[in-house]
Amino acid sequence: MTSSPVSDVLAVQDRGGPAQPLLVVKNLKKHFPVRGGLFEREPKFVHAVDGVSFSVAAGSTLGNVGESGCGKSTTARLIARLMPPDSGSLVFDGDGVAEYGGMALKEFRRNLQMVFQDSFASLNPRLTILETIAYGPQVHGMDAAIATQEGRALLARVGLEPDQFASRYPHELSGGQRQRVNIARALAFHPRLVILDEAVAALDKSVQAQVLNLLQELKAERQLTYVFISHDLHVVHYISDEVMVMYLGQVVERGPVERIYSDAAHPYTRALLLAVPSMDPAQRTQHSPLMGDPPNPINPPNGCRFRDRCSMAQDLCAASTPLLRAVGPYAEHIVACHMNDPMSGYRHATVKPSAAAALEATV
Amino acid sequence: MTQPLVSVKDLSVQFTGNRKAQALSQVSFDLAPGEVLGLLGESGSGKSVTLRTLLRLHPERTTQVSGSVQVAGHDVLNLQGKALNHYRGGVASMVFQEPGLAFDPVYTIGQQMVEAILAHDGVDARTAQQQALQMLERVQIPQARRRLDAYPHELSGGMRQRAMIALALVCRPQLLLADEPTTALDATVQIQILLLLRELQKETGMSVIFVTHDIGAAVEVADRLAVMYAGRLVEMGDVAQVVQQPLHPYTRGLLASTVSAENRGQPLQAVPGSSPNLANLPAGCSFAPRCAHATAQCRREVPPTVLRGASALACWQPESEGQVW
Repeated sequence: MTSSPVSDVLAVQDRGGPAQPLLVVKNLKKHFPVRGGLFEREPKFVHAVDGVSFSVAAGSTLGNVGESGCGKSTTARLIARLMPPDSGSLVFDGDGVAEYGGMALKEFRRNLQMVFQDSFASLNPRLTILETIAYGPQVHGMDAAIATQEGRALLARVGLEPDQFASRYPHELSGGQRQRVNIARALAFHPRLVILDEAVAALDKSVQAQVLNLLQELKAERQLTYVFISHDLHVVHYISDEVMVMYLGQVVERGPVERIYSDAAHPYTRALLLAVPSMDPAQRTQHSPLMGDPPNPINPPNGCRFRDRCSMAQDLCAASTPLLRAVGPYAEHIVACHMNDPMSGYRHATVKPSAAAALEATV
Repeated sequence: MTQPLVSVKDLSVQFTGNRKAQALSQVSFDLAPGEVLGLLGESGSGKSVTLRTLLRLHPERTTQVSGSVQVAGHDVLNLQGKALNHYRGGVASMVFQEPGLAFDPVYTIGQQMVEAILAHDGVDARTAQQQALQMLERVQIPQARRRLDAYPHELSGGMRQRAMIALALVCRPQLLLADEPTTALDATVQIQILLLLRELQKETGMSVIFVTHDIGAAVEVADRLAVMYAGRLVEMGDVAQVVQQPLHPYTRGLLASTVSAENRGQPLQAVPGSSPNLANLPAGCSFAPRCAHATAQCRREVPPTVLRGASALACWQPESEGQVW
């Protein structure tokens, strides 16, 4: 490993250039053990993340959507190594993370920062916000005076006047202001990848728009790459270049944002998009696209995990697990559904016309 | 217009405990029988306070309430003892945002429903049990008989909210107060609950006040929308009118900052600043510090809420940007 000069400890450069994926995630898995009853012999596991692979191109935004419990947040935490994965590997800008000959975990974490949903819980209540922002870089070897100076500049950049705000404590700020502090803290490391885990979900609509604008500006200024986790499909549509849809710990569909929002291939993605309330009182939703709640991630169904909520499911869907493959000629757009695979043996002819029409109406 | 079911006049609520706040200032509105009113606003706008006042849920010692609230002939602010108990649940009842917190964790869903029925209707336990079961079936809970014996933690979020609705409706109230009932739920479950509420409302003919910060959810269920800001009602009107031709600058800003497919790739038109501190409201219109059209008059005097039929507007500059009130 090369040692970096002391003067700019935090300086890092993009080696791969814009065309190369900044982060490649391979076959990430995390199963949480569940304590069973006294007489249950077999241990149970929550299949939180079950074989997730994807890559994020440098300078793009990957939106990650799904219902609660689908593994979006666990995926983010596994990438940031806030918890160890059961298996799987990460490649960051060409270097394997935390493996022999690759990038050290500490160095990786400097390149990757995270902003969480709960703006209050993610700040230390005993530090002023300037101390919070300047703390991290000092741990990584930056001079305290420089860190403080940069912290003030960052506060100004995220729209908080340093003279007015620097010495305040988190409880003295509003939710929107606290989330700006969290963003500033993440940027203090000059990261290249920022994971935003429901970062705007808890904010009021008018403040949410301000923070989204700020995120877009910062991304352009600093050539950032975002992984944007959200359950809000409007926000994901607005901010993402690519969208990844997860269901019960697995990726079911992934593609460029226009493809997903105009021509989704997976029945689950279509149902998710249909479930968004209408903004037109003359065109209210008449039927619920999905019945029931997301199933329990303990013992997920075999075959396709979505099959017991899917109106198009056939025997085949229980018998074999669909794999991610390209939708027609679109190599970037992949989906895990037997209906998309002409070789799977899915019988399109036997689909009930009503179910097919309902799905067609969505696209 | 027929006799309104709910009539709120000049309702002001002030919290006088450790943290003082002017939570509601002179809110007035009427609600017709069978009407669904969507109460839209951000956190701290007073929408939940309005609902809680309608059910008298605030601690009396630290709350100062003025104005009048009439619900189905009851003078709500002056109800006492048995009359108040009958009113809560019998005339008006509430569905909360967090069904996990609203249910008592140590009793089964069935026990809690039966308790409510026995308290309100003079029926025997067996009939009450029967009514509870029927109600659970009506909110489309699968295997309702089994769920009657389930504890709240054994149900999923969507199922718990259905049970909450069943509990609220089991004594056939004329007014349902729904306080962000779908906020904690996934989008796919949210739409199911919204459709269920709409269906039950049609079936029973009850009036509903539906509080939300999500314009989309309000549009799905409401006939009329009321927009609140910093404890005041700033605009009220037919859903289509408010969503398509908003008059108040705040409503316009709220709609413009809502993310949708059209504004992809361009900056959002965000409303600058944040909501005012309720302990220290500005002298004039509370939205004036964030408003692009604010004048000296806006900063000095509170705009009166002008009622026009079922619509209302509180703004000194309603004609800004060519909109004519």
